Amino acid sequence: MNHLPQAWGRPRDEVYGAYDHSHLQTSGPTQHTQQPIVTGTSVIAAKFKDGVVIAADNLASYGSLARFTDVKRLRKFNSEVVVGFGGDVSDMQYLDRLLNSLDIQENYSSSEDSLNAKNLHTYLAKVMYKRRSEFNPLWNHLLIAGLDADAKPFLASADLLGTTFSAPTLATGFGSALAQPILRRTLPDEEAVAGVDKEAAVKLIKECMKVLFYRDARSLDKYSIAIITKDGVELKENEKLENQSWAFAETIRGYGTQVN
Amino acid sequence: MSAMFSLAPPQGGPGYSFNQTPTTAPSGQRQHGFYPYTDNGGSTLGISGADFTILAGDTRSTNGYSINTRYAPKLFKIGGEGSDNKGARIVLSVVGFAADGEALKERLDTIVKMYKYQHGKPMSVSACAQRLSHILYNKRFFPYYVHAILGGLDEDGKGALYSYDPVGSYEREQCRAAGAAASLIMPFLDNQVNFKNQYVPGSGTGHDLKAREAQPLPQPHVEDLVRDAFTSAVERHIEVGDGLQMMIIKADGIHETFTPLKKD
Amino acid sequence: MPGFDFSNHNRNAALHAQGVPLPKATSTGTTIVGCLFDGGVVIAADTRATSGPIVADKNCEKLHYIAPQIWCAGAGTAADTEFTTAIISSNLELHALSTGRKPRVVTCMTMLKQHLFRYQGHIGAYLVVAGVDPTGAHLFTVHAHGSTDKLPYVTMGSGSLAAMSVFETQWKSKMTREDAVKLCADAIQAGIFNDLGSGSNVDVTVITEEKTTLMRGFITPNVRVPKQRNYKFQKGTTAVLNEKIITREEISKYVTVHELKDESVAATAEAMDVDQ
Repeated sequence: MNHLPQAWGRPRDEVYGAYDHSHLQTSGPTQHTQQPIVTGTSVIAAKFKDGVVIAADNLASYGSLARFTDVKRLRKFNSEVVVGFGGDVSDMQYLDRLLNSLDIQENYSSSEDSLNAKNLHTYLAKVMYKRRSEFNPLWNHLLIAGLDADAKPFLASADLLGTTFSAPTLATGFGSALAQPILRRTLPDEEAVAGVDKEAAVKLIKECMKVLFYRDARSLDKYSIAIITKDGVELKENEKLENQSWAFAETIRGYGTQVN
Repeated sequence: MSAMFSLAPPQGGPGYSFNQTPTTAPSGQRQHGFYPYTDNGGSTLGISGADFTILAGDTRSTNGYSINTRYAPKLFKIGGEGSDNKGARIVLSVVGFAADGEALKERLDTIVKMYKYQHGKPMSVSACAQRLSHILYNKRFFPYYVHAILGGLDEDGKGALYSYDPVGSYEREQCRAAGAAASLIMPFLDNQVNFKNQYVPGSGTGHDLKAREAQPLPQPHVEDLVRDAFTSAVERHIEVGDGLQMMIIKADGIHETFTPLKKD
Repeated sequence: MPGFDFSNHNRNAALHAQGVPLPKATSTGTTIVGCLFDGGVVIAADTRATSGPIVADKNCEKLHYIAPQIWCAGAGTAADTEFTTAIISSNLELHALSTGRKPRVVTCMTMLKQHLFRYQGHIGAYLVVAGVDPTGAHLFTVHAHGSTDKLPYVTMGSGSLAAMSVFETQWKSKMTREDAVKLCADAIQAGIFNDLGSGSNVDVTVITEEKTTLMRGFITPNVRVPKQRNYKFQKGTTAVLNEKIITREEISKYVTVHELKDESVAATAEAMDVDQ
């Protein structure tokens, strides 16, 4: 402790470096999202012969704190499309509002066709790219699942940089490292999609959610899952992981020389 | 002697440790923590012949050490009819930051379509090439982070190929490789297309030796070179692989082919 | 003086502070795994070595010998895994000789962690240690900072998550040798095809009480396709700008010259892969 009372109880400069007070600026330039605050982890999705399955857990983390445990990160749009949100939750809620107003606008327009998943993906990708180009990104990684104009399964992603891509299986965040290898085993390419039915796809996605719960420290065993086919969207928001196996833990004793 | 290390912090002792925490807070405005670019890997290449141009690119899209998708085309038809560009005669290839590439393609495609709508004739490749240069330079201080290659046939029906840097400097060339494996492919092309470092055996001694002269190569030969360039790049560059998309622009239209590449 | 030579440290630190980048080490951006089974242990690795985004070696060996019944899979800086396993192998041999007993896997693991802890992570070796000794079959991981883990199945390297996804979906307790080898090979292949730092082939080592089996190139799913064209140059294509012939008589003034017989020329160890 030194003789300056204002330094008491603060992190020591010689250990942590001087505190950067600019974090606390109240006046100054407009603050943009520079880092995500309350975040959602992976979203995973897979195509099957009649549609797409998409899932995300119900956790919103605040750093390492499991802050909100009932946050729904799959959003239905006009009963044909589902958008899955990874990343910042406040930006997700902004996009939710944007999609609400888009939906209302579409319902009042004279257009016959409603927006399909492909249309919505184009729209959201442009929103994301525009915001990154303004250096004011929406800190999300989105998966858009549904059907295209020819009623074929559609699955594509858009991230905070406006990067877009499409594949038979997609996963954001931690899922891209852990879930994609599992998903790609069953669905290596577009041709494989025709050989997978709804039950197999749901089973596959549930398997991945289980592995993500095992190995992603920012995940939860409560999740949402949506199945999109030409008959519409079947969205379940309070699923619980089933058949977890902790058999490997039985034999573990210590980390090295310990025995029993 | 001390002048040599003038950039070292003015402290006693070995004061240049990079573990040292700063003792003063950074002054001035705080910088944004957001970097608006990423590199999506992959490679492209173009070769022009007497009456054709070939553009090629792999279809892998990467992010760090992971694969986004195994099929993301880097080649785009420009200025045809409708959204699938029927009857197009120009191809654009982009490699680098995929979102910028997509935006660039979209802008050029719109411009070329508008040109045809307004003038009642398709845009020439040379005009399109210059327009692309202007689009890139327009964003000089927030560039499209891409290496573009534009291919087509010129007014005489000869293969035309233009390559660009991210801020719009461009040049018409015989061949060009761009992207992650450009430094691996380009020397191969220099040697096999422009016959660089090759001499005519027995044409003289020492400096009198005649350099082997480049001539336009036949189409099957060029296709083989492209395939070999990519299968070799796949061997030695981790960001290149999955699939090879080729577009051959000839007087009768654009022929598109797809060849699988290694997926590791 | 034993140990590392630090005499260039101050100079290098000064250069680094001025913005001179560190030299790029070859890293085995890798997938390595290990799995215990009923009666032994199996470890496996991919065979790609990288330097940044460039493949430095398409078929490198990441399974290192420690003792006849103890083997190590290494990820991280190639040189560090190579030398760390070599020195521990050497010391373990001396230890076995002085005790007159077979070396134990825990001993090997302890020597590795104490060596690595001393260097505070600057030795970038990430290892999977496996073996069978008189106390049974054992499997450990050792991180560069010196922490260890003891688990029935482990993965490491840049492809560790891809490989772990296979274990987390297919692993079961009390597996047979065949099941464990298949599982490890599948885990490595998940790394090869989903992680850019990993690639080429699968190497496997199985260690049982009786013997150790190293299966180099156990699976080769990434064979290069034949080239479309032949790139052999016609003789005389490369310009010769200057030619100088030094006769034996002239060179004999400076060195001793021996005539070699054809049969005394040793065979080339490994023929280079060239276009025919």
